[in-house]
Amino acid sequence: MFFRLVYESFRRQKRRKALAGVAITLGVAVATAMIAVATDVGDKMSRELRAYGANLLVTPQEDTLDLQIGGVDLKPPSDGTYLNEADLPKIRGTFWHHNIVGFSPMLPVNVNVSGRDVTLLGTYFSKKLSFGKEDFATGVQITHPWWKVKGAWPNDESQDVLIGESLATKLALKPGDQIQIRGQNHRVAGLLLTGAGEDNQIVAPLGLAQQILRKPGAVRRLYVSAMTKPEDALARRDPKTMNAELFDRWYCSPYVQSIAYQLQEAIPHSHAEQIRQVAQNEGTVLARIKGLMLLVTLAALLASALAVSAAMATAIFERRSEVGLMKALGGGNASIAALFFVEAMLLALIGGLIGFAGGAVLARQIGRSIFAAQITIDPVLLPVILALAVIVTFAGSALAIRRAVKFDPVYALRGEG
Amino acid sequence: MSPARRADAQHTSMFLRMLLRAAVLRRGRAASALLAMVVAAAAATAMLNLYVDVQAKLRKEFRNYGANVVVVGKDGETLPDSALEQVNAVLAGRGLAVPFAYVVARTSDGQSVVVSGTDFAQVRKLDSWWSVNSWPEEAQDALVGTRAAAVVSPQAKPFDLSFQGRTIHLDSAGTLSTGAAEDSRVYISLTDFENWTGVQPSTIEIAAAGSPEEVNAVIIRLAEALPAAEVRPVRQIMEGEARVLGKTRATLLASASLIILTAALCVLSTLMGWILDRRRDFAIMKALGASERLIGSFFAAEAGVLGAIGAIVGFLIGIGVAAWIGRVNFHAAVVPRFNVLPWVLIGSVAVALISAALPMSLLRRIQPAVILRGE
Repeated sequence: MFFRLVYESFRRQKRRKALAGVAITLGVAVATAMIAVATDVGDKMSRELRAYGANLLVTPQEDTLDLQIGGVDLKPPSDGTYLNEADLPKIRGTFWHHNIVGFSPMLPVNVNVSGRDVTLLGTYFSKKLSFGKEDFATGVQITHPWWKVKGAWPNDESQDVLIGESLATKLALKPGDQIQIRGQNHRVAGLLLTGAGEDNQIVAPLGLAQQILRKPGAVRRLYVSAMTKPEDALARRDPKTMNAELFDRWYCSPYVQSIAYQLQEAIPHSHAEQIRQVAQNEGTVLARIKGLMLLVTLAALLASALAVSAAMATAIFERRSEVGLMKALGGGNASIAALFFVEAMLLALIGGLIGFAGGAVLARQIGRSIFAAQITIDPVLLPVILALAVIVTFAGSALAIRRAVKFDPVYALRGEG
Repeated sequence: MSPARRADAQHTSMFLRMLLRAAVLRRGRAASALLAMVVAAAAATAMLNLYVDVQAKLRKEFRNYGANVVVVGKDGETLPDSALEQVNAVLAGRGLAVPFAYVVARTSDGQSVVVSGTDFAQVRKLDSWWSVNSWPEEAQDALVGTRAAAVVSPQAKPFDLSFQGRTIHLDSAGTLSTGAAEDSRVYISLTDFENWTGVQPSTIEIAAAGSPEEVNAVIIRLAEALPAAEVRPVRQIMEGEARVLGKTRATLLASASLIILTAALCVLSTLMGWILDRRRDFAIMKALGASERLIGSFFAAEAGVLGAIGAIVGFLIGIGVAAWIGRVNFHAAVVPRFNVLPWVLIGSVAVALISAALPMSLLRRIQPAVILRGE
């Protein structure tokens, strides 16, 4: 009898059930999409923050002091030690290699062009490398995304160069011209605009700089761009003072410090340091954005909970005369309430399932249109969302059900109230 | 008063009385409809306020990345004496300007090291990421980069530096760590630096506040004020900021739309229930000879008043919510935007009217007799 009542109620009152069902579906869809976006926004923003460029700098361990003023390198090339270019692909073998977005080696060399002393910077533009079975491309196009080139990026295997824009004006060069460096002609592939010291430099493939310096495989500095977790108390601790368990936890968290530690392990005789300007601020900006999204998600959850409650309250309020009839026929308060609750639960489960699927699609759309990346929903979220939907639907119905069963059946049947 | 006018006035007063009685007699239902309105308007206000204000709030955070504009002397020349004053005049308090002077000096054992003279009080504000164990306070105090420290003063001992035959004796007040070129330098106060080397600043780093347009305007004005210098934007900082800000705003906009949509849905279902619930009033009015237009305008007026009251109360609550989010997340209150009010008002009334119109069109098709019989 009970199940027949429930079944008939769904069969005969399609409009009312549809209204409440739509409210639950939309509410759950919004809640699901917002939870998915909020949990993923840290990851996505972390990637966007890589627009600030490298957050780690690797230098040779026994290096002499840098003599850099305003982007001009005054250090004699004979000074100091170098990293070995052959070690660089090993970065792909570190524990957090998925978090390493890219890296670029740098090798400054002083050259004389048309009577001027200028710095020639050897680097990777978008160099194809391989580690194990994996092929990948890396270079300044990834680690220094604000570098703009008028003309074309040179090929990493070629002898072509980029000329900083200020320097190009002084030398009256434009893309396609030839420039003489150490007695050899090189084609100017493009002009480089960075807003920093490189505007007065020549930027060339790493191989060319090594050739000029006559040190094959030499790299002076290595910039690494990695996605990191904001620093906390554990991150700042010295790994030497940790016990084994704590060390494992530290080592397996993508802190900028632990990634630096792993880079030092991967590259022999190196010293890796976070670039504090980028690394430290990233944490604060990320924390602010995540905090904002968390609060906004709370607001969204509240709004959808209210929408669901309002729809349920309306749906039940409309059925007073039905309650009156049941009571007149001898139905107890408890069994009537149970009927409504079972109906509410069925609605919540159906609406919740459809809403979850809708929310997943919505989150994907948001991810694709804003971040050009997938926002995936953890299936673990489904039971949580369904439970939430049932709770909210119950909470929204409870008051209305209480009022409906308290109502005098005589008035209800006369249609008053 | 003419009979026609009197009838008209009576008509209006009857209309108002019906509105008022409807609200008073069905308090519970009216209150729940109003509550839905208030919540929706509050959510919309809070989200719009946040959306407008979050840009300014995040920009402030982004200024922690340091200078977004650099002024350097052309071809490595030093800047004219009055450069810093001129920069500060152009900024007019909307930013921070810090001078830097550089030379390459020699340590007592002949090693080269870059020494920079600057204004410590200002640098501290501009480059907040500098990790410094103690800032220099007295004359002849130096801030030594971690890598430079290993060369010039291993145990933080006092040390000598010489430049073009002139020697300065410095105390190592603290060490500096940034992970970049600063680690290889020694920083001293600009006064000490100028007395020792006689070299003027060659670089002014500027953190200009405001939107990209405002920063570009500052760059143009600086270039006009200082023809002898090169003024350039730090593209790393400006482009990163633009990108992250754009994405954040887009995410917030998507979230705001979803929340406002849900809130509107909440209003729709409550108000529809409210009107449907009163189909007996509707039938009685119709049976007593009221025209459909009159009944329509009656329900529309009710919904409109409800929407307007809900919008105003919700607006006030929404501003409170936005301010609270600002305080919790950005440690600065979100400034209330009163220009959001008309939009919230129009939106609320429109949603209320739509919610009333839908059930009305449904009721219009039904005979009053059927409703009054209770079917």
